[in-house]
Amino acid sequence: MSDKMHIKLNVNGEDHEFLAEPRDLLIYTLREKLNITGPHVGCDTSHCGACTVTLNGKSVKSCTMFVAQANGAEITTIEGIGQPDALHVLQESFREHHGLQCGFCTPGMITRATKLLEEIPNPTEKEVRFGMAGNICRCTGYQNIVKSILAAASELNAAQEAAE
Amino acid sequence: MNDMTPEREERSANLKGLGCSRKRVEDARFTQGKGNYVDDVKMPGMLHGDFVRSPYAHARVISINKDAALALDGVVAVLTAEDLAPLNLHWMPTLAGDKQMVLADGKVLFQGQEVAFVVARDRYVAADAVELVEVEYEELPVITDPFESLKSDVVLREDLAGQTTGPHGPRKHHNHIFTWEQGDVKATNQVLDNAEVVAEESMYYHRTHPCPLETCGCVASMDKVNGKLTLWGTFQAPHVVRTVASMLSGIEEHNIRVISPDIGGGFGNKVGVYPGYICSIVASIVTGVPVKWVEDRMENLMATAFARDYWMTGKIAATKEGKITGLHCQVTADHGGFDACADPTKFPAGFMNICTGSYDIPVAYLGVDGVYTNKAPGGVSYRCSFRVTEAVYFIERMIEVLAIELNMDAAELRRINFIKKEQFPYQSALGWEYDSGDYHTAWDKALKTVDYEGLRKEQAEQVAAFKRGETRTLMGIGLSFFTEIVGAGPVKNCDILGMGMFDSCEIRIHPTGSAVARLGTISQGQGHATTFAQILASEIGLSADSITIEEGDTDTAPYGLGTYGSRSTPVAGAAAAMAGRKIRAKAQMIAAYLLEVHDDDVEFDVDRFVVKGVPERFKTMKDIAYAAYNQAIPGLEPGLEAVSYYDPPNMTYPFGAYVCVMDIDVDTGVPEIRRFYALDDCGTRINPMIIEGQVHGGLTEALAVALGQEIAYDKMGNVKTATLMDFFLPTAWEVPNFETDHTVTPSPHHPIGAKGVGESPHVGGVPCFSNAVQDAFRPFGLRHTNMPHDHWRIWQTANDLGLHE
Repeated sequence: MSDKMHIKLNVNGEDHEFLAEPRDLLIYTLREKLNITGPHVGCDTSHCGACTVTLNGKSVKSCTMFVAQANGAEITTIEGIGQPDALHVLQESFREHHGLQCGFCTPGMITRATKLLEEIPNPTEKEVRFGMAGNICRCTGYQNIVKSILAAASELNAAQEAAE
Repeated sequence: MNDMTPEREERSANLKGLGCSRKRVEDARFTQGKGNYVDDVKMPGMLHGDFVRSPYAHARVISINKDAALALDGVVAVLTAEDLAPLNLHWMPTLAGDKQMVLADGKVLFQGQEVAFVVARDRYVAADAVELVEVEYEELPVITDPFESLKSDVVLREDLAGQTTGPHGPRKHHNHIFTWEQGDVKATNQVLDNAEVVAEESMYYHRTHPCPLETCGCVASMDKVNGKLTLWGTFQAPHVVRTVASMLSGIEEHNIRVISPDIGGGFGNKVGVYPGYICSIVASIVTGVPVKWVEDRMENLMATAFARDYWMTGKIAATKEGKITGLHCQVTADHGGFDACADPTKFPAGFMNICTGSYDIPVAYLGVDGVYTNKAPGGVSYRCSFRVTEAVYFIERMIEVLAIELNMDAAELRRINFIKKEQFPYQSALGWEYDSGDYHTAWDKALKTVDYEGLRKEQAEQVAAFKRGETRTLMGIGLSFFTEIVGAGPVKNCDILGMGMFDSCEIRIHPTGSAVARLGTISQGQGHATTFAQILASEIGLSADSITIEEGDTDTAPYGLGTYGSRSTPVAGAAAAMAGRKIRAKAQMIAAYLLEVHDDDVEFDVDRFVVKGVPERFKTMKDIAYAAYNQAIPGLEPGLEAVSYYDPPNMTYPFGAYVCVMDIDVDTGVPEIRRFYALDDCGTRINPMIIEGQVHGGLTEALAVALGQEIAYDKMGNVKTATLMDFFLPTAWEVPNFETDHTVTPSPHHPIGAKGVGESPHVGGVPCFSNAVQDAFRPFGLRHTNMPHDHWRIWQTANDLGLHE
């Protein structure tokens, strides 16, 4: 194939350097080269959001971005959002409110939700529904996902207030 | 011993058993991105498979040239039917007793059909090679309409030419598959001929697709050193896959290990056996290295497991007062190019004969004709038991049409025809024995909760305002009352490819009082690891938190028929309870020995055995477990294990009452769901949190199907809806909040009285949404219009009724 490109990425705080083909997609680089398998492929066309990552502070669907376009970027995937002994509030909240079933959409869903709550720290239900509309879930009917996110927002805000 | 003292209540709560909204044990890995789905399986040297697929819906394959593909660096093999023929694997049996081409053998019968399988170093090279395989086709006439198919001279299945009998009886035409008849046609026609009122309607339940977020795929790994084949895959029935793989490949069953890892939703899509599985196995056997195949979304929607596609004509007879006297249902079923329906063998139209619904209909007839067309094979039960969604949609529409014919309220018409509580167990005219129900109580509760009378008043006012030109919005009140039939099923009449549809549970108690239990089912999001542990906790008195549930590995789990048709709780859940009771029986003997009393002098109390009447003398299940392994007990083997293979005596019959209130903008065709109330009766409730989650999800899939989701073809047989751009999956923005409610009518034959719930909301939801749309236009003369009610079609309905003038 065509000449390989020299790519640098920072994923979940860790630097990676490697050669990639211009056509390599970010999702497969994460999943197959870097073994970061939290983000999933659900549709290949940017509709389902299972592949959502945070790239330079923005929610991005990694199935429709070339890794070359991400060169030099800082990326956060579900694996970088919390740790087993220190889960993110959203991770706790999704469990608490039954915001997941098969779990396939969950990494993208939670990754997107972390950004949503940064964009709108105190969202209404409508804002959550609109802000999550790029992520499809086939199991839950969203009701408990919305509940999980609203509950996490309250908790984060309460913690913020307590800190101030 | 039956009074719940606070101390006893606390012990019971600690078990987190039946009725507890226990948080899910699965969630920790999923929320941290540590699920293990098939595409996460990675092995050294693993190759990737990809399909060359037919662009035509019907064509002869003249030639296939692999040269350019094979010349590409990184391409290991290109398989065609010719390569599979010596192994006799170019065709495979379908679940419906038909056979299906694994790779195109001389012709193709639907767009997207598998023609060649490319095996390459990575997915990119495989995709490149797919483009380089040159296939020459000669187009043939395309048939996408089953009625046309039955009249056409074009022979779709040349391999069946001259065969006048199929696996389900006589074939009337070369494109005809079977006729399936239930009930008494003569008596039904007699009732119809003499009825005071007959309502007749034809309806099309469109083709759609389960479309789980994870597509289908597998990794096949043939270890040539020890002769073992390991197959990871998206299998809703891993044990059946092992047996079928053994029968097809000739590899002894003990040398095949099938693993269903985490599955990203199934909804029926992952019941069948697909060409990708066969090709991956062959490719791994040929190359000696693991081969992965994972379809993309387009392939998923075009080639695997459609659902529905039933053309249904009904005639319903009644008295002037609305008492139903007979029902006639005639179906033409479009099965596509191969009959790959996932139904128990004796039921080529599934349990469509539940189409008398929740009503006491003395005489009925059902006739189904299966037909070949140039569409994808499948016919799976998309979030329902076999064809039950079609049946319930049919009867719930027929009720509405009859209500129009009688000029009667549809809620009242249902009420006067419900099977009464005292009639259970109820023998239906089409051959089922409904186990239990209390329909009137559920219906009354639903109507009262939503203030049905108030809604009807409001609707009448809205219609009046519309007629006065004061509003352009109409209000629809959708009703449905459904009876499901799930938990297939009794081995005496339910099997798939000859394999009886029992299920199983094996439990081992460890010395320190924790346990592992394995079942023949496999969760795809239903939360089995959480709920099966709850069933066992209540049965054996160990905390659910101390019980690990494992499924999906055929080397470790007992044989079972898998998870679909809401059968896990009715069948495997029953097996779990029965295995738990065996544990308890042995524990009782151990306890009696330890307490130095007779076996009959101890009784089970939540988490322990106590000496009757002396509650301070007891042994906890933990004590008993330890003793089972570490104390020599005369007459008893060491250990505390049990296995149960459960063959259910009957199906279970969950039911529910749903009401949807919808506001429809007549000028844009956009429906707004104002309220959706769902009352479900699934018998004994194991985990209310999970039940509610299942109901939300099933209703959302019902909303999708009723309001826009379809697999549509043009006349050339091109799939018009093969990406998520065109195939409607609702987002959080389109889905309302649902109100859930319940009554509890336990199943009399299930060990814990549970009936299953995963599919009820879909079954009941589709007619409810559809009825809401149609009800909005009833005051303007609408009798019936077909789903899916997308914005355009709703607008069209309004336009046809002259509401835009």
